[in-house]
Amino acid sequence: MAVYGRSYRRYAGVLTPTWSRFLIFPRYAYETVFKSKLFVAFYSLCFLMPFVGLLLIYLHHNMSALSFLDLPAEELKKFLPIDNNFFYVGTWVQGALSFLLVLLVGPALISPDLRNNGLALYLSRPFSRSEYVLGKMSVLLILLSAITWIPAILLYLFQAYLDGGAWLGSHLRLGFAIFVGSWAWILFLSVLTLAVSAWVKWRPVARIALIVIFFVSMGFAGVIAEVLDTWAGMLVSPWFVIASIWTQLFNIPVGDGEFLPPPAVAWTALITGGLICLWLLSRRIRAYEVVR
Amino acid sequence: MVNLAMKTALENDPTPVAAPAVPVVELQGLEVKLGGRPILQGLNATLSGRCIGLLGPNGAGKTTLLHTLLGFYKTSGGTARVLGRDIRTETREIRSFMGYMPENDAFIAGLTGVRFVRLMAELSGLPPAQAIERAHEVLFYVGLGEARYRAIDGYSLGMRQAAKLAQALVHGPKLIFLDEPTNGLDPVARERMLRLIRDIRDNREGGGVRMILSSHLLRDVEECCDEVLVLKQGKVAVTCDLEAERRSNRNFLDLELRTESGAASDPGFSAALEALGAEVAASSRQRIKVVLPEGVGVRDLYKLAAERKVQIRRLDYKRDSLEDIFLKAMEV
Repeated sequence: MAVYGRSYRRYAGVLTPTWSRFLIFPRYAYETVFKSKLFVAFYSLCFLMPFVGLLLIYLHHNMSALSFLDLPAEELKKFLPIDNNFFYVGTWVQGALSFLLVLLVGPALISPDLRNNGLALYLSRPFSRSEYVLGKMSVLLILLSAITWIPAILLYLFQAYLDGGAWLGSHLRLGFAIFVGSWAWILFLSVLTLAVSAWVKWRPVARIALIVIFFVSMGFAGVIAEVLDTWAGMLVSPWFVIASIWTQLFNIPVGDGEFLPPPAVAWTALITGGLICLWLLSRRIRAYEVVR
Repeated sequence: MVNLAMKTALENDPTPVAAPAVPVVELQGLEVKLGGRPILQGLNATLSGRCIGLLGPNGAGKTTLLHTLLGFYKTSGGTARVLGRDIRTETREIRSFMGYMPENDAFIAGLTGVRFVRLMAELSGLPPAQAIERAHEVLFYVGLGEARYRAIDGYSLGMRQAAKLAQALVHGPKLIFLDEPTNGLDPVARERMLRLIRDIRDNREGGGVRMILSSHLLRDVEECCDEVLVLKQGKVAVTCDLEAERRSNRNFLDLELRTESGAASDPGFSAALEALGAEVAASSRQRIKVVLPEGVGVRDLYKLAAERKVQIRRLDYKRDSLEDIFLKAMEV
């Protein structure tokens, strides 16, 4: 019907499946964020490390490609082995970039809807509060997945392809570590960012809050560890908590004098933190607030 | 190609809006408490009008009632049905055939008018292609056609009200809740909004659409609605079928009198009218309101006035205005 047919008419066409509607949020969010050249540049930079990893894995198996440099191939291979440490470092780099990414995208996800009473518009439709949170979270999860576990798993499979089935058989735990470790981090990061965005209405203040949670807490945790000589203080810092989980998953030995909470405690802290954030979200994500 | 998992809007909609047996809203002892305070108390009513007005002074519970029907607030007692669906157990189904225009400023920041309305259409289940088509149509319909590519953050208050109406209409609902739709509008914009509401009300395509209009402006309700629910302190003060009221008040006359002696009124004239079976009420010293019984006409009135030597200086056909109904309800 042409736009000049100006009269009200009911809609009788097809409807999209209910389960898929939360994915509308990422589509709209990406249309907005990818308009920013700065964001595109930064997001492209996030793929640098996986690309370097790809190159290193390739060279590790094709030292002849460097023959013109006249370098000792075997010694180079020993210098840069493709093992759990290689993927552990990659996970750290991408994990840190993930934090910067949520700092750019996250604070604007919920706070504008709360500020402009947008929730009443969303929730008056066949669209639940959980679907709203899932939709907003998927904005971050998809962006973060693309720079964390997806490239890491691709590199892992590439390495397995070049090294053969024996390597894959002996490194199955590594694939599990990449997948579970990355998901633990991006899920926690997403739910925490959404909770901050829901409770702090101003975007710059929400960014500052995230920086405080991630960096000031790190300094605080360090001070507690030094003064009280215990790992308990480390639980206030998401970095130390995830460090404990990753070192366990990737089977990396903890250095002498390094304070990290035991992995079981770290998992408990991470899950508890995530649940608290979800509770905070459930308190805030309502069409209308009841003033007592 | 049509996704097989998709349903049509009509398949999702087993209750045709025009079905006379299904009331638009049935309130059955509905009670709502917010923050421990009772806001709605034992509401009972059955409303079936094409456009239902929700009236009441500020704080009477109009908006709370709309929010409860939308499932935003839990009931603390009783229940309500919207087009036959229970608000406690079928919230999602109710929302699927509803459009809601909130009272407060409400929009999604950073979007143009057309993207905003399109997003709302998609969230209601329209595929992207249909959503964009209808978003353009509905923006033209509400008068924002030329402004549809502008950021909604920069819209004036009147434009935002129109955008809110557009998002409530875009998915083609069969029931629309309008909460104070003329809030803050200048007279021209207000008239345009009321014209749109009447146009939507009078549209019969696809079974037509029903509306609930919440307002504290009597004129808005009077111009658009055929049925009214008046709330007072969270309770139903009165329900009134305005159409029936208009029909029953055809013989309601407002008379301005002058006696031959110059006196302001003649009690004998009123008594004589009552003897004819008329209902008489003095509205001021020189004016009386008269409801004539069947079979008694204005000619009889003039005859009686001549006999009593009373001049009828002015005679107006009147009906009980919504204001009268409202004020009576507030007095109870």
